[in-house]
Amino acid sequence: MATVDLQIHSHEVHAHDHHEHHEQSFIRKYIFSEDHKIIAKQFLISGMFWAILGGGMSMLFRLQLGFPDANLDWLKPLLGEWIENGKMNPEFYLALVTMHGTIMVFFVLTAGLSGTFSNFLIPLQIGARDMASGFLNMLSYWFFFASSVIMFVSIFIETGPASGGWVIYPPLSALPQAMSGSGLGMTLWLCSMSLFIVSSLLGSINYITTVINLRTKGMSFLRLPLTIWAFLITAIIGVLSFPVLFSAALLLIFDRSFGTSFYLSEIYIAGEALHNVGGSPVLFQHLFWFLGHPEVYIVLLPALGITSEIIATNSRKPIFGYKAMIGSILGIAFLSFIVWAHHMFVTGMNPFLGSIFMLLTLVIAVPSAVKAFNYIATLWRGNIVFTPAMLFSIGLVSYFISGGLTGLILGNAALDIQLHDTYFVVAHFHLVMGTASFFGMVAGIYHWFPKMFGRMMDARLGYIHFWFTFIGAYLVFFPMHYIGIAGFPRRYYSHTGFDAFSTFTDLNQFISVAAFLTFAVQFLFLFNFIYSIFKGRKASSNPWYSNTLEWTTPVNPGHGNWPGEVPTVYRWPYDYSKVGADDDFIPQNVPLSATLSSNLEHEKDLQKVEQIDISSPNAQ
Amino acid sequence: MTTFLILTGVLLLLAILFMLFRTQVLINVLKGSYNQRVDKSNKVHGYLFVAFMFFIFLGMFGYHQVAKKYYLPESASIHGVETDNLFWISMGIILVAFIFTNVLLFIFPLKYHYREDRKAYFYPDNHTLERVWTIIPAIVLVVLLFSGLKIWTSITQEAPVNSNIVEVLGKQFAWQVRYPGSDGKLGQQSFKRIDAINEFGIKVEDKNSHDDFIPRELHFQKGTPVLLKIRARDVLHSVFLPHFRVKMDAVPGMPTSFWFTPTISTAEMREKTGNAEFNYELACTEVCGRGHFAMRFIVVVDEPEEYVKWLASQKSWKSQNEDYFAESMKKYSPSAKSEITNQNKELSSL
Repeated sequence: MATVDLQIHSHEVHAHDHHEHHEQSFIRKYIFSEDHKIIAKQFLISGMFWAILGGGMSMLFRLQLGFPDANLDWLKPLLGEWIENGKMNPEFYLALVTMHGTIMVFFVLTAGLSGTFSNFLIPLQIGARDMASGFLNMLSYWFFFASSVIMFVSIFIETGPASGGWVIYPPLSALPQAMSGSGLGMTLWLCSMSLFIVSSLLGSINYITTVINLRTKGMSFLRLPLTIWAFLITAIIGVLSFPVLFSAALLLIFDRSFGTSFYLSEIYIAGEALHNVGGSPVLFQHLFWFLGHPEVYIVLLPALGITSEIIATNSRKPIFGYKAMIGSILGIAFLSFIVWAHHMFVTGMNPFLGSIFMLLTLVIAVPSAVKAFNYIATLWRGNIVFTPAMLFSIGLVSYFISGGLTGLILGNAALDIQLHDTYFVVAHFHLVMGTASFFGMVAGIYHWFPKMFGRMMDARLGYIHFWFTFIGAYLVFFPMHYIGIAGFPRRYYSHTGFDAFSTFTDLNQFISVAAFLTFAVQFLFLFNFIYSIFKGRKASSNPWYSNTLEWTTPVNPGHGNWPGEVPTVYRWPYDYSKVGADDDFIPQNVPLSATLSSNLEHEKDLQKVEQIDISSPNAQ
Repeated sequence: MTTFLILTGVLLLLAILFMLFRTQVLINVLKGSYNQRVDKSNKVHGYLFVAFMFFIFLGMFGYHQVAKKYYLPESASIHGVETDNLFWISMGIILVAFIFTNVLLFIFPLKYHYREDRKAYFYPDNHTLERVWTIIPAIVLVVLLFSGLKIWTSITQEAPVNSNIVEVLGKQFAWQVRYPGSDGKLGQQSFKRIDAINEFGIKVEDKNSHDDFIPRELHFQKGTPVLLKIRARDVLHSVFLPHFRVKMDAVPGMPTSFWFTPTISTAEMREKTGNAEFNYELACTEVCGRGHFAMRFIVVVDEPEEYVKWLASQKSWKSQNEDYFAESMKKYSPSAKSEITNQNKELSSL
């Protein structure tokens, strides 16, 4: 704990016992804080801000897609010149799509999800007083903040923000002549993302170090809650893949500003032939997806980890196949690095490469299927308590299955020819990665809110929020499969220019209305969140009767998390409803010697070792 | 004034909702229902999940029946029929998995919702079960994989030698197509030669280019393979022929290609769809800027004899731009070039 003490009292000799509480100034405590809990909340609030903004953008383009003939003059106060004669500017439409993607993938589901829960839960669940480096952790947030500011500013500039899709494929993104968003907007996008990558790396390195080094006594790797496994592996994926995006972005910056030709070749645009020869736009796609695909799992794995924990707790059962769950996380993480080119089957890449990537892609379905089955098996013969967090976790599993299954179709190169870049893809990834991860994040907020703020969120509002969101998101994304089967290309401002795509107008309207309602319901959640911070019912220290270590801290854990000794861990985190136990849960810090009636055969030996441990004077 | 009234109305509504919410909270506090482990709604969620299950299954099948008429008509290419079949077979397989898993996922919450008098079943793992649900998906995947690989390999193999060749060029925001003319060979091109008239950057000194022609519609010959040679001259585009199940990116600096065999003529398709206005279309599926959504190009599939007639009726690009051609020839023809080099030699020798 590298706490810098700003208020050194001259008349007092400090013992510099770091477990002691120092009075900190407001700025050190809440703004430039090094406390992982505050940093987690900073990430959370920033993530929620971005979620509203990114979601709001999708409302605007759903308006265009559902009601292409509507007069949008009433949006002029908000969008100004982007509304021309009552119509949305087509380039602005593309800007909205691009920013929606960027914001949701990076700022909400990477920073908002990993940033919040890795920060909050890693020290609390492994029994550490804080992150390995509080300072790096603080830097990680403030780099993210700077990145956010730049991205936010880019929305308001005259030429518009980046507009070439969140994948920013050059040459479109490299040439300001190609579209106005590729001017200053793209420069800001690249600056912002570079800072974002720095933030992500600082965070990830910290998470990895903390999990490896700062586990409390007895917390072996096989006693880690699955949340921690998911965060750890997510961080490792991030460390290995984000630098590749950084290099891709760097080369793009060179092409844009210094006249190099990494991605550009033989281009004639705006009445002139450019000097660039020898570059390859496909190279960028390889580099981009080398991050881009693992990124899907960076977004999804923390949500799956959170879900594992919540489903086990609220089914009052151990998670089914704990080791298989770890194995499948490791399997998914490994495979996530060697499937990237399935985004590129029809880019003109060598078809043999397509065959290989098709093989590897379909393999990733096996560990994913194992996860889905294990969740369902955990529910079987449980004693299920439907907290809002539990509802959202079950929702996640449903979305994970529904969206994941169509991956078998898209991963098949022969079928991808027709479906690539159609609404079928949009439906697929919004279900499996967008909605599923979003549900994981919301579930996490409901579940750990009592530990974050010492109060409970209102459960009834949570139920309403869940049911409207669960049904609503299905109504938004499921119908997109039909539109995709009909061949509708994505990122189209309007489909009516084609005979083949001028159908489904009523369905598009339906999707838009469902999207508006689903978005509106999120404000109920926002109200619940803010209201409960101040006025929510006071929480008990372990409101969900959970086993993990964070619930052994006081209701409002202070700096250092535990007022006294950090608890020692004696068992895995999933001893729910053990036969012979008094209660239906046994927290990780309860020694085996205290639960003689419920110990299993192999635990009896462990218990003897443990007793020797406890009786030795050094242990206590 | 109306805006003000609407705002007041909305505020009032929100205030009422907030009061309702507060009253609910207070009633719950008085009743002490917060002290119970689960509230009364716990069982309700189980029923809702099952109701939702029926809703989504019925909705899915029901809407499929409605949506059928909007799907693309049967594939107008040989490989498209195969990929369509594989698509629907795969859909069938994942549908089984979808229904099986979702039924369990939604019925368990109803069956095993919390009861005070019951304890959950401590069941941490079962290796046989886990092995079963690892191996079964793996087998299904292998089957899907190999049927996909077979089709993919046949689609991506070399184009047959008798293929008609067409060049498709993407630019912001239109398609251009070039046919090789009677010699069957496209003339060389260079992006440096592109200008307002010479959209392809055709090298006039290449004799193969002299009979190339640039029509306003894309014509395919029914029953004969066609090889699309795809290029882009500014940013990425993607050739999408939805009715033929064809898609391939157009990449600046890297020519790509796709070959397939059209099997249904435009006239036949008009009959099949009962739509006298029906036209095959070419669209762009890689975002390319402002006009991305409007890169429509008409495609016609002719019966072989019509195709021959159409070919004969086309005028070469050279014949349509005689002046431009003559001027370019002066600049670039080998004799003109050698003159220049001779001059240079003379200059250097001085």
